[in-house]
Amino acid sequence: MLETGGILFVSFGYISLLFAIAYYGDKRADAGRSIISNPYIYALSLAVYCTAWTFYGSVGLAVRGGLGFLTIYIGPTLMALLGWSIWQKIIRISKIHRITSIADFIASRYGKSTTLGGIVTIIAVIGIIPYIALQLKAISTGFLLISQYPEISVSFHFSEIPILGDSAFYIALLLALFAILFGTRHLDATERHEGLVAAIAFESIVKLAATLTVGIFVTYVIHNGFGDLFQKAAEYADLKNPLSWESGSVSSVIFDKYLTIKGPGNSYMDWSIYVFISMLAIIFLPRQFQVAVVENVNEEHLNKAIWLFPLYLLAINIFVLPVAFSGVLQFPDGSIDADTFVLVLPMVERQQLIALFVYLGGVSAATGMVIVETIALSTMICNDLVMPVLLRLPIETLGRLRDYSGLLLTIRRCSIVFVLLLGYAYFRTIGEFYALVSIGLMSFALVAQFAPAMLGGIFWKGGTRTGAICGLLAGFVIWTYTLFLPSLVQAGIISQNFVTQGPFGIELLKPFQLFGLQHFNRISHSVFWSMLANIGFYIGASIVSGPRAIEHTQAALFVDVFRFSGAASESHFWRGTANLPDLKSLLIRFLGKRRTDAALSDYADKRKLSWNYLVTADADLVSHAERLLAGAIGSASARVMVASVVKEESLGIEEVLNILDETQQVIAYSRELEKATAELQEANRRLQDLDRLKDEFISTVTHELRTPLTSVRSLAEILHTNPDIDEDQHKSFTGIIIKESERLTRLINQVLDYEKIESAQMNWVITSVDIKEIIQDAVASTRQLVEDKNITIDYELNDLPPPISGDRDRLVQVMVNLISNATKFCDSDRGKIVIRLTSSHKQVQIDVQDNGIGIKTEYQSKIFDKFQQVSDPTRGRPYGTGIGLTISKRIIDFHHGRIWVESKPGHGSTFSFSLPATREAALTR
Amino acid sequence: MTPKARKNKRLVGLFLLGCVLFNYPLLSLFNLETMIFGMPLLFLYIFTGWALLILLAAIATKTRQ
Repeated sequence: MLETGGILFVSFGYISLLFAIAYYGDKRADAGRSIISNPYIYALSLAVYCTAWTFYGSVGLAVRGGLGFLTIYIGPTLMALLGWSIWQKIIRISKIHRITSIADFIASRYGKSTTLGGIVTIIAVIGIIPYIALQLKAISTGFLLISQYPEISVSFHFSEIPILGDSAFYIALLLALFAILFGTRHLDATERHEGLVAAIAFESIVKLAATLTVGIFVTYVIHNGFGDLFQKAAEYADLKNPLSWESGSVSSVIFDKYLTIKGPGNSYMDWSIYVFISMLAIIFLPRQFQVAVVENVNEEHLNKAIWLFPLYLLAINIFVLPVAFSGVLQFPDGSIDADTFVLVLPMVERQQLIALFVYLGGVSAATGMVIVETIALSTMICNDLVMPVLLRLPIETLGRLRDYSGLLLTIRRCSIVFVLLLGYAYFRTIGEFYALVSIGLMSFALVAQFAPAMLGGIFWKGGTRTGAICGLLAGFVIWTYTLFLPSLVQAGIISQNFVTQGPFGIELLKPFQLFGLQHFNRISHSVFWSMLANIGFYIGASIVSGPRAIEHTQAALFVDVFRFSGAASESHFWRGTANLPDLKSLLIRFLGKRRTDAALSDYADKRKLSWNYLVTADADLVSHAERLLAGAIGSASARVMVASVVKEESLGIEEVLNILDETQQVIAYSRELEKATAELQEANRRLQDLDRLKDEFISTVTHELRTPLTSVRSLAEILHTNPDIDEDQHKSFTGIIIKESERLTRLINQVLDYEKIESAQMNWVITSVDIKEIIQDAVASTRQLVEDKNITIDYELNDLPPPISGDRDRLVQVMVNLISNATKFCDSDRGKIVIRLTSSHKQVQIDVQDNGIGIKTEYQSKIFDKFQQVSDPTRGRPYGTGIGLTISKRIIDFHHGRIWVESKPGHGSTFSFSLPATREAALTR
Repeated sequence: MTPKARKNKRLVGLFLLGCVLFNYPLLSLFNLETMIFGMPLLFLYIFTGWALLILLAAIATKTRQ
């Protein structure tokens, strides 16, 4: 039954089925009834991750490296858990900016840079071509194996097969046709291909079913389950290594080789690095970006995919080890390549149908990858490599071309054919020498280079274009040196000495032990150095270089994608207006008339505009048009094209920064500004007040000084001119002179005290102070003043508190101040002052109550401030300088106390101060 | 905290858990030449841990919105 013709028939029949599914999917999409808009299809389409490498290569890797093959699937599992943190952000950004490939994403993030887009595209093509070759190799190997059924060939020499006789060549052509039909059916702003996704999901089901079938067959039909297989494998290993059979029922050889992480090339370090690069691969492989981001219908589908996709990976791996053991048992001499065990085992057991199904599973794994990857690469090549160059070339025919969409599609279709033929050529020339896995891991190591620029781009606004370019190039150069050039050695293109002795015999530059780094296997060695260089240059160059205006804009739009509401915000950064007909004809050239009209009328409907009255396209419409174009030709090219019809250039860096501040931080910023302004105004007002008060103070002080001076002088003159003045009068005059000079001294002392306190030069003498003594001293020194006005003083000294700590003289000064103040405002004869002392265990309080004129409420809070005097229009200027209370407040503040006043105009005032009763509280400062 | 943010927090926690489970040094605790239930210990550990992680992720994403 299994003849070449039959197998060919089945193969092409299977691919025809794919065509049918894709066709149906597209039809349903056109009718608006999507069959792929559900999380299950989404998760299955993500499983395009599992290629022929997984299908055939996992077993090979397990035989060579034990459990290490699992790292390739554990990494994506971990990354899937970050789906909401990373994937969703990338999806949202891509949807808003109509980004259709990873090259476009990076280019767009770093200021729509064509250079960067081109670099990413070239790196991606270099990294992916071998990977595509690997798939073609798998298809070809599978076909050659099964076509000789029931014989099992030992080895193939692909170079001996003529190209036209190689089934893989025809399958490659068919896949190109498929990709062209369903991947470039029309130019679409979103670049979604529903039919394609439907076919990919179907392929994922086929390859999983095939893997499980062969797994169950091998484990439970050929052998008796997992335990039996492990047992047999152990016994076999014991037989082979008689020295180790004493070590127990299970050989340590089998553990060493397959079941533990041990030895060179299989250390924990290699394990972790494999997990790391496969984590990055699941996001940054172009095909994964295509299915996960570009083809995503609804962000909510991530929700289920986060665990469905890892579940798929787990399922497809569960039988890998049993199949590997079974193969080793079956072919103990190692004559059969472990990469083919999956297919060979059913063939040995003469199970035609299972073998055929497995073959189809291999085809499905390979074709799914090839189709998506070529489409993703063709979009990149067209939008980020060919178009930017074409648009800059002064080709006349291009200028006259009215409709570019045909040209674009042609470029894409050619790129698809180009990529596939390149992959085929690689497979025919170099791929033969490599196991499936090493090619795949090389690709992983290369696409991991996109990670710093991508992840940095969506989480760090500081990343610049220069940084991204430097990082990518540095990583790429190291990858080339440590992995790609050695692969040419293997193919015999470069001399073996390059690897064994280093270039020009320089040991330190040996590509597998760069700078003498040991204990890594080739892949992790390369990943370590390239990522170190990549991240280092990316961050370093970003810090050193200044971003351009548009980089600022894009950085903010990408990093803060969830903060900006949709796409509308970009127009804030693009001030240009354009002639509407110009803009429209530009769109028509790339999108075609029908789709341009549809897109514009949709835009108008949403904003309730009428085209009839519109001649100029405003900034909003211009950026909308740019996004429409970006979907078709990539953001960098779209920018160039739109700039050609827009009248004004984009904003300068200063303006963008200003706008950024306004839009992003408008509330916080302006509030802060308002606050600062208010503070300034307040400070200014206070300064003006102080200035005015100071003037008043000086005039008061001079007045206060002049009054006693005048009386002293006039009295002295009288005594001088009238030497024979009578005794009594003489005595009274000199008495007044003495009193007035005392008043002068007091006044000058006050001013000096005040100055000292203000400039913090006061010498405080802290001793143990008895409050009662302070009151007595103060009353004694104000006795004259009080008696002159015939005022009575009452005492209510209820408690006698223990001594407190403080500066005795200063506290007396406060007390004197309060008493003389009270005296000042009391009427003569009727005046009455009450001094009250109360204390608790916490504080001591002294009140000085008078029955004077009182203080208006609005002045009560101010009288302790500098230079404040309460002026009363009815009584004119008050006595004193107004610094007595200020000094008192400073003294009490120093003692950690509090001073305040309670008063009612006409009913007198009560000045009170309190001091902490404990020694410590009063002393600690 | 929105249900989505809470969900994301849980998933990030699971991610960290996974990173710890599948890396040195926890891995080394199970990197022994032992069979359990007829299965090699490390093989059993990785698949059990993996399945557990998937199960927890399924539960974590199942919040009522």
